[in-house]
Amino acid sequence: MRTVIEIEIRLYATLRGYRPELKVGEPLFLNLDEGTTVKRVLEEVLGIPAKVVKTVFVNGIYRDLDHVLADGDRVGIFPPVGGG
Amino acid sequence: MARGYRQDETIIGNGLFAGGEFQMSKDRLQERIRMLAEVEGDIEVISLEQVKVLSSELGLSLKEVELAALEACVLPRRYLRNLGTVGWDGQARLLRSTVAVVGLGGLGGYVVEALARVGVGRLVLIDGDAFVDHNLNRQTFATESNLGSSKVQAAGARVAGINSAVEVVGHAVEATPENLPRLLEGSDVVVDALDRLPTRIVLQEEARRQGIPLVHGAIGGMVGQVTTIFPGDEGLYALYGRGEVPERGIEVELGCPTTTPMMVASWQAQEVIKILAGIGEPLRHRLLLIDAEAGIVDVIRPGI
Repeated sequence: MRTVIEIEIRLYATLRGYRPELKVGEPLFLNLDEGTTVKRVLEEVLGIPAKVVKTVFVNGIYRDLDHVLADGDRVGIFPPVGGG
Repeated sequence: MARGYRQDETIIGNGLFAGGEFQMSKDRLQERIRMLAEVEGDIEVISLEQVKVLSSELGLSLKEVELAALEACVLPRRYLRNLGTVGWDGQARLLRSTVAVVGLGGLGGYVVEALARVGVGRLVLIDGDAFVDHNLNRQTFATESNLGSSKVQAAGARVAGINSAVEVVGHAVEATPENLPRLLEGSDVVVDALDRLPTRIVLQEEARRQGIPLVHGAIGGMVGQVTTIFPGDEGLYALYGRGEVPERGIEVELGCPTTTPMMVASWQAQEVIKILAGIGEPLRHRLLLIDAEAGIVDVIRPGI
């Protein structure tokens, strides 16, 4: 039987452009199959190329793109920031 | 260490005094300081004017007079509003410290301004650029009249105007893997106020090699990040991985508007002050992520 998990995603700065219907700061809730990785959410669900993302955090902890998501996870996706 | 004259280096402000007469002049100095002290609340203070009189009378730098005053439990009154937070010992530690600020753009300018005001005794300023008109929206030392001048020179002049006890060593050069080993030498803390990711990694590596804590800050749009990296910490690698990093980030698209550098530079300067004065908890193994557009602040930790 398929198990579905719900996660909350927040896109930061320029990445908001991939979900223009969201208000600034509004999270996106997604229902996903158990075992879904961060990379799959990025590329297949959100259409964000993995190479434009440098920083992902799940529940406030840095995770890499192969991280497997769990029900209730809060995911932040962040582009590189380099200005001074 | 004896060093020859270098074209890229200018020493602005008073040099350090040394020599065998130190103890004698210090005793005399502290005696004079106590005579000139005034009572303010429940402590003794000395005015900036009197510090300057003593400095010129005894041929000492302002920093030496201020340090002697602190040791004699007389507070230079210019630091009165620091006292409750940094304390006597913290103020003396700040004055004895050297901080290298690498990059004097939006972040570096405000960091230097804050460190001069709080009373960090020696600032090593590194930036090879001159001001251009698109710096005017956010760079605190940029004015219409100094466009075209070196950022290091402008910063030195500003520091001298704010706190002439602060010794400024200016290096009007771009930070490179070749010159950073020499430029950072002797610093107690390094501030990363650069604008290129690969150079930030180079700076982190050199600070690590020399065993110096590094305070990182970066901005783009209304977003900023700050973290404090001690030697041996994962630092920027936790953020960007160990692979290749892009040259620049979201700031290419979103620019660097007026208020974001003020917001992030304040945090960076606070981190420096905390480390030097030995107060509070640095943002170590934590990245402060401020999204002012959404009104959201996150603190991210490594997963180890």
